[in-house]
Amino acid sequence: MPDRLAVRKTYKLYVGGAFPRSESGRSYEITSAEGRFLANAAMASRKDVRDAVVAARGAFAKWSGATAYNRGQVLYRAAEVLEGRRAQFVDEVAASEGRDRDDAAGTVDAAVDRLVWYAGWSDKIAQIAGSANAVAGPYFNFSVPEPTGVVAVLAPQSSSLLGLVSVVAPVVVSGNTAVVVASEDAPLPAITFGEVLATSDVPGGVVNILTGRTAELAPVLASHMDVNAIDLHGAAAGAATDLEQAAAENVKRVLRRPDAEPDWRADPDPHRMLAFLETKTVWHPMGV
Amino acid sequence: MSLLVPAAEHLPDALASESTLRRFLHGLPGVDQVGAEARAATLATRSIKRESKRWALDMAVRMTDLTTLEGADTPGKVRALSAKAVRPDPSDPTCPSVAAVCVYGDLAGEAAAVVAGSGVHVAAVATAFPSGRASLAVKLADTRDAVAAGADEIDMVIDRGAFLCGRYGEVLEEIVQVKQACGPAHLKVILETGELATLDNARRAAWLAMAGGADFVKTSTGKVTPAATLPVTLVLLEAVRDFAALTGRAVGVKAAGGIRSAKDAIRYLVMVNEVAGERWLTPEAFRFGASTLLNDLLLQRAKQRTGAYAGPDYFTID
Amino acid sequence: MPVFDYAPAPESRDIVALRPGYGLFVDGAFTEPADGGTFKTVNPATEEVLAEVAEAGPADVDRAVAAARRAFDGVWGRMRPAERAKYLFRVARVLQERAREFAVLESLDNGKPIRESRDVDVPLAAAHFFYYAGWADKLRWAGFGGDPRPLGVAGQVIPWNFPLLMAAWKLAPALAAGNTCVLKPAETTPLSALLLAEVLQQVDLPPGVVNIVTGAGGTGRALVAHGGLDKVAFTGSTEVGKQIQRTLAGTRTKLTLELGGKAANIVFDDAPLDQAVEGIVNGIFFNQGHVCCAGSRLLVQESVAEPLLERLKQRLATLRLGDPLDKNTDIGAVNSAAQLERITELAASGDAEGAVRWQPECPLPDRGWWFPPTLFTGVSQSHRIAREEIFGPVLSVLTFRTPDEAVVKANNTPYGLSAGVWSEKGSRILWTAQRLRAGVVWANTFNRFDPASPFGGYKESGFGREGGRHGLEAYLDA
Repeated sequence: MPDRLAVRKTYKLYVGGAFPRSESGRSYEITSAEGRFLANAAMASRKDVRDAVVAARGAFAKWSGATAYNRGQVLYRAAEVLEGRRAQFVDEVAASEGRDRDDAAGTVDAAVDRLVWYAGWSDKIAQIAGSANAVAGPYFNFSVPEPTGVVAVLAPQSSSLLGLVSVVAPVVVSGNTAVVVASEDAPLPAITFGEVLATSDVPGGVVNILTGRTAELAPVLASHMDVNAIDLHGAAAGAATDLEQAAAENVKRVLRRPDAEPDWRADPDPHRMLAFLETKTVWHPMGV
Repeated sequence: MSLLVPAAEHLPDALASESTLRRFLHGLPGVDQVGAEARAATLATRSIKRESKRWALDMAVRMTDLTTLEGADTPGKVRALSAKAVRPDPSDPTCPSVAAVCVYGDLAGEAAAVVAGSGVHVAAVATAFPSGRASLAVKLADTRDAVAAGADEIDMVIDRGAFLCGRYGEVLEEIVQVKQACGPAHLKVILETGELATLDNARRAAWLAMAGGADFVKTSTGKVTPAATLPVTLVLLEAVRDFAALTGRAVGVKAAGGIRSAKDAIRYLVMVNEVAGERWLTPEAFRFGASTLLNDLLLQRAKQRTGAYAGPDYFTID
Repeated sequence: MPVFDYAPAPESRDIVALRPGYGLFVDGAFTEPADGGTFKTVNPATEEVLAEVAEAGPADVDRAVAAARRAFDGVWGRMRPAERAKYLFRVARVLQERAREFAVLESLDNGKPIRESRDVDVPLAAAHFFYYAGWADKLRWAGFGGDPRPLGVAGQVIPWNFPLLMAAWKLAPALAAGNTCVLKPAETTPLSALLLAEVLQQVDLPPGVVNIVTGAGGTGRALVAHGGLDKVAFTGSTEVGKQIQRTLAGTRTKLTLELGGKAANIVFDDAPLDQAVEGIVNGIFFNQGHVCCAGSRLLVQESVAEPLLERLKQRLATLRLGDPLDKNTDIGAVNSAAQLERITELAASGDAEGAVRWQPECPLPDRGWWFPPTLFTGVSQSHRIAREEIFGPVLSVLTFRTPDEAVVKANNTPYGLSAGVWSEKGSRILWTAQRLRAGVVWANTFNRFDPASPFGGYKESGFGREGGRHGLEAYLDA
């Protein structure tokens, strides 16, 4: 028997900047890769999805209206806090994904670096995605990228932290807000990541994290008429077609499920940011 | 301002003081240059054929202020021009007379003698035309001289310097006083829009002139480039339309300078028709200030009448 | 009788040599459809049948896709980009050379005024080919990676409102990027695309690079559902767009959609009023309002509503409705009886829901399909005419009091294609433009188009952009 009984953490949802239990009152058992009990995670329901979308929509105007510089600083701050809780994440990732501590540490470091990489994009993406357009007339014409709105993200199932950061950061850095369904079997790092966001100036509602059954939550998000886009990365192989069909009901932008899981440690490119941007073109006459 | 301003009844607040006048003029809806030019260009694509073209050519002749404003003008030149004004095409008795002969004030008497009884008006430029750079006393004397010599229409220039400095009250006062000096003669107020530079200024100057009692607002002296253009005429037509809606008084518009072809003239008529309305489709409400335009109108009339293309040798050069 | 009545000034239709029948353009040649089906295309201004056109069935679509695949694998996909460019430059030049012919044909088949087909549709179509021709050998500088690749075979379905121009919007970027195409024009306006096929023959475009399959919705469904496409591009209604998105769910076929709209045109009290009136007119009466980005909701600040509407009504009274081939016509024919029925029905709902209809005195021709320019005042956000796309010359007028209210009302729609804003204050323009959830914002202008200017929607108005560098992305493996 240890001298001291550990104080275990309760893992809840992260919605609107708060950590509620599931409205449904349900939870499910999370075990390590070897089958050891780790925690009971909240099992989110369709009503939790509804609440999360409301929170994300509510946060959109302010977050997308913040200066790009500010969003970059906020995300960089999140990276700082993530780094500060490195040891905790190494433990959780190691347990959740069945990695040895060195490997898990490398994953956590990569997640911190990934967040820093995306944070730096906040005030640069417009310069690579926007343009001044030489139209044949006396008009100033320019195109700027703008965030799509509320983006549903089905996070990668296998990479519980690095994969999560790699799909969430590109969504929110440009001003979108996100409703994220965490890895179903390895959700604990995602909730702890919510704690990082909650303590690092990310406004409540910008990122909302749900744990539970992806197969139960994904259709609710895919058919939700106030969700503008969906990243199907973490969907089950057989579910993608139905989800895409549901997404068509309000012409959601869909980032399709990849055929194979990518190497999350590889250097990213801007495509995940560009997938959730709209291009707005403005015309104005030039006269005296 | 203690002026007796003709439009005071309809614009009492605007004319109360220099500052209210300024507020009024700057409170007029802005003019987007690109939009105005696009509208003018679209109207210019109207295709006027057959009987509507014949009507338009005759109307353009009737609206012409046949003009000579040269330092080298002589009584002989003015008499010849005046004769042509009365009978532009001696070979065609159906050809109407032009609206007026437009000359310097000192030659108004020569013109009046020739056109007497024909219905053709005598217009004289005055107020130290074309620059307008003289004292008010000189401008008023210039005006009275021309009227005394037989002019029944006076084409004055506004003080562009004062306008561009924002001394709108001064510009207005001058117009009001010249109008008084005109007596029974009609007053056309030349804005010289080429020097006012923006369409916003053209609109403000037009309102100033109308408030001061102008019977016509006129684009240009013909001595400055650009002179009349379709977009600036569009803005003046909008101004007289709006002024008439406010006061009931239809002020005329004269497009002067740079209009040389019948095709151009018809474009102006289309614009008059569609922007101001048919109330302005008469020589009492729209004029062309031109010299070479008339011969092209005559050439095109002949083509319409005979079916054959005419040549310039068949029309007089005066 | 007006004082200055414009005599008819019709453009001669002799320049167009209509054939009694048209086949499908597959693999570089006009061919008969497998099952021999045809349909008639009609002049909407006279209801006269212009030609019989082949109706492509699934077998024909299959043949066209196969031809496009062969052309992609064998010729076009491996051609030196600078050579591809030269073909497209040729197309642009021939469109300019034969501009009058295209304009007359477009007005005959579509019903739009010759002034628009001559001054807008055809020159812009040529400009699109010219613009994208220049991209063909510069793709690695377009910002989509160092070696962007074409996708393969593109299936493209286009609407009837700008038949030739939409064909150019689809074909030019696809071909420049190295794809081959199967294009399906709308069933009521197939002729200009078929004339374009003759142009493609004139420029010696290799067979199969562009294939044109005519037909109605069934042909479009067969094309979109064909498993052999790498890319689908669609312009049309939101309803059909959603069906296509569902059809392609679970596939690897890349999709871009350009769908409906219900654009707000916001007029602030400091607007240049006369130009705003022109912008409103151009916004809703351009092309009889058959424009997805039409400014169909006028949002006017209450303090200027009265003078603005007075000017607007005066202006509407000068619009000339009639023979599309007359050079002085401003408003042509409604494209089809079905469309006229829809416009009529929605306008009637405006009456029924309590809005006030105003129409200038506007005699309509006896034959053909026509709808007069129409303005509804007293419209509220809940009325159908404020929410549904009418796709006709019907303007709904709403008012607002503050900039915030204007933006909220403008954005209160599932659509997000375009918007207009009128003000002389630069700062207010930019503030408003930033908040409008729409892909194109026209400030102090409306309905301007240019090949260099990206076009496309937010929300249910679709995704992807056409025009500009952005327009290439839809056709590259970016």
